[in-house]
Amino acid sequence: MINDRPTAKLVLENGQVITGRAFGATDHEALGEVVFNTSITGYQEILTDPSYFGQIVTFTYPHQGNVGVNRFDVESKCIHAAGMIVREMSRIRSNWRSEESLESYLRDQNVLGIEGVDTRMLVCTLREEGAMRGIISAIELDEEKLLERARAIPSMKGADLTSYVTTEEAYEWQPRDKSGYLLDIRGNTKQKFHVAVLDYGVKHNILERLSAYGCRLTVLPGSTPSEEVLALDPDGIFVSNGPGDPDAVNYAIENLKELIGKKPIFGICLGHQLLALALGAKTYKLKFGHHGANHPVQQTSNGMNEITSQNHGFAVDIDSMNDLPVELTHVNLNDNTVEGFRHKELPLFCVQYHPEAGPGPHDADYLFKDFIEMMKRERTREGTPPIVAETTS
Amino acid sequence: MPRRQDISSVLIIGSGPIVIGQACEFDYSGTQACRVLREEGLRVILLNSNPATIMTDPEIADATYIEPITVEFLEKVIAKERPDALLPTMGGQTALNVAVEAAVAGVLEKYGVEMIGANLEAIRKAEDRQLFLEAMKNAGLEMPRGGFVESYEAGLAMVEQIGFPAILRPSFTLGGSGGNTAYDLEDYKEKLRLALNTSPIHRVLVEESVIGWKEYELEVMRDRKDNVTIICSIENFDPMGVHTGDSITCAPAQTLTDREYHKMRDAAIKIMREIGVETGGSNVQFAQNPDDGRLLVIEMNPRVSRSSALASKATGFPIAKMATKLAIGSTLEEIPNDITRETPASFEPTIDYVVVKFPRWDFPKFKGAEDLLGVQMKSVGEAMAFGRTFKEAIQKSIRSLEIDRYGFGADGEDRYDYLRLSAEEETAAVEETRDRLTRRTSTSLFDIYDGLKLGLKIEEIVEIAGYDLWFLDQLSQIAEMEELLRNNPPTLLQRVGAHHSQVLAGVDQGSADLAGANSNGVPQPSIDARDLLYSAKQYGFSDRQLGVIWETTEDEVRALRKDLGLTPVYKTVDTCAAEFAAYTPYHYSTYEAENESIRSDRKKVIILGGGPNRIGQGIEFDYCSVHAVQALRELDYEVIMINCNPETVSTDYDTTDKLYFEPLTFEDVMNVVEHEKPEGVIVTFGGQTPLKLAKRLEGAGVRILGTPSEGIDLAEDRKRFGDLITQLHIPAPAWGTAVSEDQAVEVAERVGYPVLVRPSYVLGGRAMEICYTSESIRRYMQAATAVSPDHPVLIDHFLEKAFEFDVDAVADGERAVIGGVMQHIEEAGVHSGDSSSVLPPYNITREQYEILVDYTKKLAKALNVCGLINVQFAMQRGIVYVLEVNPRASRSVPFVSKATGVPLAKIAAQVMAGKRLKSFDLKDMALQIGHVALKESVFPFHKFPRSSMFLGPEMRSTGEVMGIDHSTGLAVVKARIASANRLPTTGTLFATLSDADKRPRIAETLRGFFDLGFRILATDGTSRFLNEHGIPNTRILKIVEGTPNVLDYIRDGEVDLVINTPAGEIAREDEKRMGAISMEYMIPFITTASAAAAALSGIKSIVEDNELQVCSIQEWYAR
Repeated sequence: MINDRPTAKLVLENGQVITGRAFGATDHEALGEVVFNTSITGYQEILTDPSYFGQIVTFTYPHQGNVGVNRFDVESKCIHAAGMIVREMSRIRSNWRSEESLESYLRDQNVLGIEGVDTRMLVCTLREEGAMRGIISAIELDEEKLLERARAIPSMKGADLTSYVTTEEAYEWQPRDKSGYLLDIRGNTKQKFHVAVLDYGVKHNILERLSAYGCRLTVLPGSTPSEEVLALDPDGIFVSNGPGDPDAVNYAIENLKELIGKKPIFGICLGHQLLALALGAKTYKLKFGHHGANHPVQQTSNGMNEITSQNHGFAVDIDSMNDLPVELTHVNLNDNTVEGFRHKELPLFCVQYHPEAGPGPHDADYLFKDFIEMMKRERTREGTPPIVAETTS
Repeated sequence: MPRRQDISSVLIIGSGPIVIGQACEFDYSGTQACRVLREEGLRVILLNSNPATIMTDPEIADATYIEPITVEFLEKVIAKERPDALLPTMGGQTALNVAVEAAVAGVLEKYGVEMIGANLEAIRKAEDRQLFLEAMKNAGLEMPRGGFVESYEAGLAMVEQIGFPAILRPSFTLGGSGGNTAYDLEDYKEKLRLALNTSPIHRVLVEESVIGWKEYELEVMRDRKDNVTIICSIENFDPMGVHTGDSITCAPAQTLTDREYHKMRDAAIKIMREIGVETGGSNVQFAQNPDDGRLLVIEMNPRVSRSSALASKATGFPIAKMATKLAIGSTLEEIPNDITRETPASFEPTIDYVVVKFPRWDFPKFKGAEDLLGVQMKSVGEAMAFGRTFKEAIQKSIRSLEIDRYGFGADGEDRYDYLRLSAEEETAAVEETRDRLTRRTSTSLFDIYDGLKLGLKIEEIVEIAGYDLWFLDQLSQIAEMEELLRNNPPTLLQRVGAHHSQVLAGVDQGSADLAGANSNGVPQPSIDARDLLYSAKQYGFSDRQLGVIWETTEDEVRALRKDLGLTPVYKTVDTCAAEFAAYTPYHYSTYEAENESIRSDRKKVIILGGGPNRIGQGIEFDYCSVHAVQALRELDYEVIMINCNPETVSTDYDTTDKLYFEPLTFEDVMNVVEHEKPEGVIVTFGGQTPLKLAKRLEGAGVRILGTPSEGIDLAEDRKRFGDLITQLHIPAPAWGTAVSEDQAVEVAERVGYPVLVRPSYVLGGRAMEICYTSESIRRYMQAATAVSPDHPVLIDHFLEKAFEFDVDAVADGERAVIGGVMQHIEEAGVHSGDSSSVLPPYNITREQYEILVDYTKKLAKALNVCGLINVQFAMQRGIVYVLEVNPRASRSVPFVSKATGVPLAKIAAQVMAGKRLKSFDLKDMALQIGHVALKESVFPFHKFPRSSMFLGPEMRSTGEVMGIDHSTGLAVVKARIASANRLPTTGTLFATLSDADKRPRIAETLRGFFDLGFRILATDGTSRFLNEHGIPNTRILKIVEGTPNVLDYIRDGEVDLVINTPAGEIAREDEKRMGAISMEYMIPFITTASAAAAALSGIKSIVEDNELQVCSIQEWYAR
């Protein structure tokens, strides 16, 4: 492909070198774990998802940037992905919602991308050899030097990255979208429940969905001690998604041990893993993770399937759950990994995937309603909480 | 949930003949459905009138009824077979309609047949506009505002609600005629009155205009546990206003944010549930306002469709196959994904490439028809192409079309010579292009090219024509690359080739909003030859285009490319963007780093398919190609298919060992051949498309299996062929060739009028005409030079009033076996693809039959035919003449195989691989076979209302049906019903005969009608002719003589059958009007004397036999 973008190199820790052209912040470099995402749409959401902190994202769909970026399709205040690998970066943007080009958005946020890459080849490599560390640079083109630096990047395993993406101070969430064009599924907008959100890198769309279902949200730094959380006397606690190895986030695990059973709890992604660890289960690193918007998940209670948005490199070890008072509620149909569980006695459930979408399908939006139901029940102290209520459509 | 155990037999309805809007895609879906059901151990009963399908092969279903698709015949099949269930969603609108009719008529209830896949209520909700509108309201979704009005006042009230512009569509008009757009109230008032008057039931649909909105389609699946998934999103390159079948489309959608896409996805899921499609696949169409994202539902089809075939091929997710499994009770997660094997089908495919579908039109076949696209579909076929970018995919799709274009311009076929336009010429060209961009035609994409080349900004083109900016930017990039290539020819490049710089500067960025671009417009001297060529190939440029741009030959470019080590890699279509390993070898080419198509060490053969459907080359050749695949797989070859038609069975990855979805050009085929290194390539099963490549492939050292090219050349070179038949003492009409007008007239006078004139090397009788005078020859020559300038025009003496025969045989170089002998109903002069033909011949002596057999065998031997051969004969006054020999699969092969039960194409393919004919248990077809099969052609005249309906040497039919029964008469009746031209058994016949036809034979035919009780109306001359023969008739006025004339009689419903044999070579204006009105009132219209005789014999059979019987082909063969 021919244009006047500068040459860039992507070097992986296994020594593979891919030459392409730089876009975005070409005077910056990108270092991180190289992963791939198979979603066709939603690059802005993916790039701004804090769970991608420290990761360079390979987009499998070849055309990226077509629809530009806008102020609504963000999952946090800024881009968290360490870099972007694409086959072709659009030089124009075409969409009525677009406010800026993706390229200038990346440039403004000092994020580097590389285009002209045989992304399919890269995905095959990552699929076979697993996610690996890599570096993109347009400043330094010496392959040996780049390889050395790629190998010096700290591994994701054992890395607690939550402190980089959590909020510094507690705040009340203000619903963002007034345009009316966002999710079609409108919940109750009257605020009936107060939820404390433990932020390990929470996606904005989770907060949007919770508030759409009538929650007032206090977003707390991930390190907030349990007593302070309980001091707020919330109706429920939400344990957020986030980047890195859950097993390394000791403070959170210990904290959650204190909170479990005290208040209704709902966790997503890293939150799900942290809750599992707090209950005594184990987690492990997946070979190349689940990153996409087409993963089939089945509800064990009724056999219904849902297509889900996923983004995780670690998973809960299903065997380690055997002796725990938990029940598997959701399972991945592709590889039978754990996608969700609930506590058999206590008001707690969580899922590995992203019911809030952003990007992805809205099939699992019912989980937010389930959380509301759980808080309602706990408030009136009646009955045990069935996790899976009727499907919302 | 495993499959339902309460169903043990299923009836599937096919889609009948190929027509515009319903093509091979339903053979693909139906064949998959039959296979799935049989694999599940169910008994499969099939009803389909189209013999040229794979699904009607005797081994695909347990009982195959090649009978008309009407409620009457459906009931007979049900009564005989007593199936437990009926699957109506695999055969397009035809199957759905007849299933609904049967349900409404109580037939299904009477025999206890359950409709599976979609129930009556769901179908009605989806198909009835009012019910659909209500359902959408329930689901909280919007549709274009509007509704039906039946009065002027109601129309005025309606438009107040919807505003302007408003679309008016009168109900039940021919070809959707009378439709209009009104821009203000005055305009509307006038057009409303007109529309109300045009509609025979005085009803008009008034709708809000969404012309220019973005158009999308989603393919949706649902199982009986209520799991709903989306298989594919499709974005139309052409915005609303052009029928989807006529739109260039692209998968996946390119210009939607995630939120917009999922809003659409949520809507599609709601619609699926609201309409209540229980299981299977559906498609939903949306329009989106490009300015504010307002989303409207346009329609949904509760069945598999053309789009679902496209989506299946585009993603690797076989929708029809899955829909069938779901219909008998399986659920999505129980079914493994074919391609990944380890993951279930309950996911949503994601793709890492771009797919472009490009329609193919045949406007020149329909003289008088306007090349203008709109809400009614006009295309007769389509090609699809894969690329890693839209640029690559669109360029590949263009060269897949076989319209003599090799990419997005710069292929030597451009309208303007941009480099050499004078200032005035350029100004004129800009004006013309701006004007052309306001309309959608078959060349609109190239109009965009012209616009770009003439300096229009992409924003201006969007303003005029309404495409999405993103698509235009992609096209603009191609045009910019062309400039870069032109400024850096290979000589310059090779000199600087040592630099190996990866990054190339210097594209003129034009108007594009390119962040950080510092366009200097001047090519840098450091451009590396390999980089540039690699980039060009990534942009989808063909070697041919590069040859034009660099003013050299395609071969030179190819040589340069190979010198530089640039060959394509093959990627895999795997449903999952490489997330999981794929086990299915389904590939497309691109220029990138990694190749995934690993060559096996098995002995292998490549079969070239037929490319996009067109008039003259359609499903028959896909049938033959698929048979060749099956036959060679039986012989343990690894069979590799190359084809680019998404509708077909041959491009089902289940059909072949390995599938390359590629254009059928020399370059693309040769790349695969060099990669796979097969033992040989088969070019004689896919029609003219692969045959045209044979010589060049052979020249490149490729082994062509079957008849040596020497034999093909001998058959096609008229001079050599003439010498051969003289040597063999086989008579042929006198002939000659001409390159000029004068020479043509000279030849015509020598061979004797009338003459048949045509260019050499064409299929489907393109540009073929019968001329009676020197004037018409001159006229032809003046127009014909454009058709094929490299080849002379062939002029044959035309055998008037002769019977025509078609013989299909298979030969192995030594022996030949006659597979089928057919006699045409129409006299010689009507294209064999258009005429009705009867097997076995109905009017021939044993001696004459032996002569046909003898000549065919002699020709097969002399041409050294190895494989199939088709010979066309004419018989005039007892003498048999050979007209044409084709040493390849012919259009009639599937019909012959269905009529006789002998799989000719399969045998031929095995013979081509080296098997001898004597190893098969084969005999020549006998003159009596115990039953009669009749092939009847189906025409798209209602889509081209201004085109003449009279048959001639130019083929215009899109498809065929077969009638099979004990006698010719009964076969005629069934074929007429199957082709929607049911014959009346009583009533009024209107006859108007040409002078040439006023002969005793037709008099006897008309007397037969009279004896059956028909009242006969006739115009002046015909009336006198009938009086002379003592046949009572009523004389009525000709159209030119005033009223009441035949048009009035037809309008008053007083005519049940029209026999009109056209006078001379050009149908008169009143005959055209008669044809058009007959079509509008759906009155059978017979245009030849022999077809009239056949019709009579058919009507007699119904009258005598009373009830028509159904019989499966398996039963016929067993008799």
